Amino acid sequence: MRTRVALNVSPLPTNAFGSRALTWWGTIAFMSLEGMGFALAIGAYLYLRTRAAQWPINSPPPDLLPGTGVTIILLLSLIPNYFAEKWARSMNLKKVQWSLVLMSVVGVSPLIVRVFEFGALHARWDSDAYGSLVWFLLGLHTTHLLTDVGDTIVLAVLMFTRHGNNPRRFGDASDNAFYWDFVVLSWLPIYFVIYWIPRL
Amino acid sequence: MSAVSDALRDTDLDESQLQRRLLGIWRTPPGIVGWLSSVDHKQIALRYIVTAFVFLGLGGISAAIMRLQLALPDNHLVSADKYDQLFTMHGSTMMFLFAVPVMQAFAVYFVPLMIGTRNVAFPRLNAFSYWVYLFGGAMLWFAAFSNSGPDVGWFSYTPLAGPGYGLGKRPDVWAQMITYTELSALAVAVEIIATIFKMRAPGMTLDRIPIFVWGSLVTAFMILFAMPAIMVASTMLILDRLVNTHFFDVALGGDNLLWQHLFWFFGHPEVYIIFLPATGMVSTMLPAFTRRPVFGYTGIVLALAATAFFSFGLWVHHMFVTGLPRLGESFFTASSMAIAVPAGIQIFCWLATLWEGRPQLRTPLLFILGFIFNFVIGGLTGVMVASVPLDTQVHDTYFVVAHFHYVLIGGSVFPLLGVIYYWFPKIAGRMLSETLGKVHFWVAFVGFNVAFFPMHILGLEGMPRRIYTYPADMPWAGLNLLSTIGAVIFFISFLILLWNLMRSLMAGAPAGDNPWDAETLEWATTSPPPPQNFNRIPIVTSRSPLWRHRDEMPVIAGMRGDRREVIVSTLTEAEPDMLESSPAPSIWPFWTALATSITLLWSIYTPWAIVYGAVPIAVTLVGWFWPKGSKEDES
Repeated sequence: MRTRVALNVSPLPTNAFGSRALTWWGTIAFMSLEGMGFALAIGAYLYLRTRAAQWPINSPPPDLLPGTGVTIILLLSLIPNYFAEKWARSMNLKKVQWSLVLMSVVGVSPLIVRVFEFGALHARWDSDAYGSLVWFLLGLHTTHLLTDVGDTIVLAVLMFTRHGNNPRRFGDASDNAFYWDFVVLSWLPIYFVIYWIPRL
Repeated sequence: MSAVSDALRDTDLDESQLQRRLLGIWRTPPGIVGWLSSVDHKQIALRYIVTAFVFLGLGGISAAIMRLQLALPDNHLVSADKYDQLFTMHGSTMMFLFAVPVMQAFAVYFVPLMIGTRNVAFPRLNAFSYWVYLFGGAMLWFAAFSNSGPDVGWFSYTPLAGPGYGLGKRPDVWAQMITYTELSALAVAVEIIATIFKMRAPGMTLDRIPIFVWGSLVTAFMILFAMPAIMVASTMLILDRLVNTHFFDVALGGDNLLWQHLFWFFGHPEVYIIFLPATGMVSTMLPAFTRRPVFGYTGIVLALAATAFFSFGLWVHHMFVTGLPRLGESFFTASSMAIAVPAGIQIFCWLATLWEGRPQLRTPLLFILGFIFNFVIGGLTGVMVASVPLDTQVHDTYFVVAHFHYVLIGGSVFPLLGVIYYWFPKIAGRMLSETLGKVHFWVAFVGFNVAFFPMHILGLEGMPRRIYTYPADMPWAGLNLLSTIGAVIFFISFLILLWNLMRSLMAGAPAGDNPWDAETLEWATTSPPPPQNFNRIPIVTSRSPLWRHRDEMPVIAGMRGDRREVIVSTLTEAEPDMLESSPAPSIWPFWTALATSITLLWSIYTPWAIVYGAVPIAVTLVGWFWPKGSKEDES
């Protein structure tokens, strides 16, 4: 088929942030499916709660301290995360490098407190369906945290190499911060379900 | 960014130089490592299609053995235990290893071509998804050949599949097969959404998107929201079996209906995940064989979206006999009947297209007509079983078996067979034989109906599903024999297709670029398409770009001639917004899929596999993620 050039796209940029970029859509699609997984796990929890004579089935409600501690750490982490995203968008290499180092440390800290959360549940995964559900919910979110912290650490190291000063990497850093927001926000309903529903 | 302005662009090259350069940039490297590293959407999709058809063959052979077993009363061709494995493997294979992957595979092959781009949005994720799918399917069938095939039905109900009753590792094999296949399906759904949203050729506004692409988009969204349910459920099942959790253990607060709710929350949309791409194929093929654009484009697109929406509100109609509250049952009856409305809208639009057009009875159109006939029967019995009293009567009988085979084979496989005749020339560059195609259609149509129509009557006569034999004094022998004869005829129809494909590959007539004089962009390039799909990206000014621009296609210039590059466009108006590099071939998705697959397989035996397996998965992911200094990486 004969062709006729009708448009020259050479002036177009080779990099963009947010919803203009492909990876942003990939990230949001993964958030949607993971969010759906969380919603269904919460649905399972609420469903089994309606089937039980008492809830929790055979244990006291979980201690509030570790879970609330994780919640506070995660909420506070949104502040450095905001700057991490802002600096990624302004493609400031030095600031992005150090914000990723900071976010790696900030990301590890809730994982340390999380260890105590499992103990504070007062139910083992194999004690009854309630125990299975709270371990499942906490386990899902811990996997989430672990993978995102791992990703942040790798990206932090990458930014200190010769590959760092590159618009694509700044896009990765921006998406990484965007994903952290999701990790934090998805925790809030899970926190409410695990710690407050047994007290209702 | 200054380096970019100095880069080699297609404006610096004449047509033959440009073609040579693009071929060099986009081709898959030779050799086994190159083969394992491919990120070409067409190569990966073709592997998906061939693999899915191998699984179709295995699922079909399972069905044929079951039909031979049921041909005569008191038959002992296979044992009860083997029969249980056969029907479970048949259902699981057809649903998880054939129907969903093959539909996604056609989307992976044709969406980039139909929207005028050079690859999918995340080519390495695409490669990863294929390997995970292949390893998962292979795992299931290796298990089956070692007498560990799942045996509790494709929906693996608890408590039968739970720790108390599920034999050996059979239900675990099923549960992890789910993890493999759904991981792969979700990955493809993500890339299809991003591709369709952001990589359409300039000018392909939302109302110019080909309907097959719309169907693939809607399906991808359904996968995104349906498949997590089955992943959550199968993970809970394997945890119950492996580490003594109690999600489905009634004695300790669990509930078996939780399994059914989670399964069918996925399972009902699953039917439409298989069906909607097929309707998209029909809407895409019809214009070529009626010589007019499809009637009611907007209505069809809205019907696709409405079907997807409704499909999430029907799942309880699979559970009408579980004793749910009457009000709930009424709601789900209403929604189950309501979904017939968007299906009806699509059918009337196709009939109007045929009525207003000049139908040419080529093989793809025959399959479309066969589809409309069979699917309407399946749809009508669907409305019947949506009613609680009727469903209660025929639940777990052959009536339901007849119903869903009319929907799934009639509604999905017939369009798929039609589309093979339609798109094979594009994929292979050669035409299939029309004579053999017509013979294939009639043998398939007669065989299918002879095999499955009697099942309606058998069901009404009370024959239950999933019995490995029946006594001679039941009045079922004649119709079962007839059904088996039909199944054999239907099986033979696939051998005719196989013969046609092989014959064409060896000596088929050359297809040319656009043998059907079709309207969509996949026909604007050579058959088979080159690795770069198009030398220059087309500009779309119409819903039927190839009919609008018969002599001369408006195209884009100014793209790079020294690296893989795609145009990223705006979501609704498809205005060119950015030039983004597209990832080069990499073997790391293969290694990551291998590490993931070994971990999942191992986790059937010990939960620690997840901990140990996380290390190689992390290492391979870093290998995948880490830039290698190519032009694409360092853009």
